Amino acid sequence: MLPEGATGRVMVDGSAAASVSVLATPLSLWGGFDPTTGMITDAHHPQHGEVIAGTIVVMASGRGSSSASSVLAEAIRLGSAPTAFLLIEPDEILVLGSVVGHELYGVTTPVLIVAPSLHAMIRHGHPMTISPGGTISGG
Amino acid sequence: MLDGADGTGTALAMRIVVRLAQAMDATELLPVSGAHIDSCLYHGASGLDFVHRLVDGAARVRVPTTLNVSSLDLLHPELYAGDPVEAAAARELMDGYVALGCEPTWTCAPYQRQNRPNQGDDVAWAESNAIVFANSVLGARTHRYGDFIDIAAAVTGRVPNAGLHVDANRKATVVVDVSALPPSLLGASVLYPCLGFVVGRRCPGQIPAIIGLAGSTTEDNLKALGAAAASSGNLAMFHAVGLTPEAPSLHDACQGVTALATITITAADIRGARDELSSTADRPLATVSLGTPHYSLAEIGRLYELLAGSLIASTVAFYVSTARETLHEAMLHGWVSPLREAGVIFVTDTCTYITPIVRDTTGLGMTDSAKWAYYAPGNIGVEAVFGSVTECVRSAIAGRVVRSDWTWSDAS
Repeated sequence: MLPEGATGRVMVDGSAAASVSVLATPLSLWGGFDPTTGMITDAHHPQHGEVIAGTIVVMASGRGSSSASSVLAEAIRLGSAPTAFLLIEPDEILVLGSVVGHELYGVTTPVLIVAPSLHAMIRHGHPMTISPGGTISGG
Repeated sequence: MLDGADGTGTALAMRIVVRLAQAMDATELLPVSGAHIDSCLYHGASGLDFVHRLVDGAARVRVPTTLNVSSLDLLHPELYAGDPVEAAAARELMDGYVALGCEPTWTCAPYQRQNRPNQGDDVAWAESNAIVFANSVLGARTHRYGDFIDIAAAVTGRVPNAGLHVDANRKATVVVDVSALPPSLLGASVLYPCLGFVVGRRCPGQIPAIIGLAGSTTEDNLKALGAAAASSGNLAMFHAVGLTPEAPSLHDACQGVTALATITITAADIRGARDELSSTADRPLATVSLGTPHYSLAEIGRLYELLAGSLIASTVAFYVSTARETLHEAMLHGWVSPLREAGVIFVTDTCTYITPIVRDTTGLGMTDSAKWAYYAPGNIGVEAVFGSVTECVRSAIAGRVVRSDWTWSDAS
């Protein structure tokens, strides 16, 4: 659970309310996530088989291929995308997928950067709310 | 451009560039001299929706722009074993990017072309292996761009002045020392993809300065290293001290910063990477796939030396992925026909791990590419075995996985 008034740096602004998927290691959406099922398909990922559609994905950073922007936009089109991303390291590739998903389909997928100390307090499966401006509660 | 005076396509591209600049805290934009586009690979209808917005909005690229691999081999269409409806959509996407003025190069290794960026040039490249090669080996400057921003930068000729375009962000942040490895490994091309895999894992978000690599290290070796590191981690740049243009010395690579942490690579690390990339499933060898990233002319020449005059086992499909331009050059060298007679199937414009080309995905797929070994299991459902190119060739002839003990015996 995050302390009251916790905030992240906004890369893509917006609001979201969903349960949290804390990923133990960074996931590349391309080659690691199936937008038709919303499931982690990276055989090397410890959470292989877990569904992250509709959740707020919390991971240290993005990873791997630059095609991840396209996979995120496609998942937004299909309604299988995560609701928001919370990262420690900025990831422009996820930002681009989110920006184009909004341009094409009008869906907002916030991307926020949080301090490692906040990141460590977030618990898998807990409900979380993100408000415009980067305020985060729950988790 | 934002106001639509250059058309709605250009305005969309500029909005994307500006949104990225805001996300990166950049206060100004920078002109680029070229772009390399990854968005031409089909991932679903959203890609078509996007390119149609650009084409219908009268957008055109403003700088010379190359295209990455697509889902289809236009020179050898009979290799595609997938859904024809999806193939038609993939072709429509390819046509869309050509209509925007991009060159139909269809390669993930644009740095193997004669026209390539020079040291210090600002470019907008997508495709993770091309990004790391441009920054590290060419000394050109590209941030880690993804789909959409690649074409947005090509159409506007602008990128945010941030990230790896900025001098101070290009300095090494960690030292990787390979000098303790045995000479048999330091002299073997199989070292580089394994080392890249280890470096990607151990240096997330970092720019490593690698010390101790052999002076004989080639561009192809550094290509394999970078591609592996960009797959197992998010590496966008490395320095190889004494080899790459911004690292004549460790001091230069670090831009004078001292006391960086040092990671010492052991032979066990390299062997561990090979093992992690190799399935132990008890299945027959069905496929060998080389050329991820696309094989260079030198790599095809090396394969010719190893394989010409031999015969690949009838139970093994042997693929070599390369650029159509490189295949043409290899033909002029007289290498292609003998390799085809030996059983090699050349694949251009695409790659065997991103589209349905491999016929038998129930057997083992052997490769000299850490990137292929990493992604093929998830993408096409094949069990991968990583090995040196010599091991791949010997295995293809024998019809079963054969290891060369001399390389790995020192690596235990």
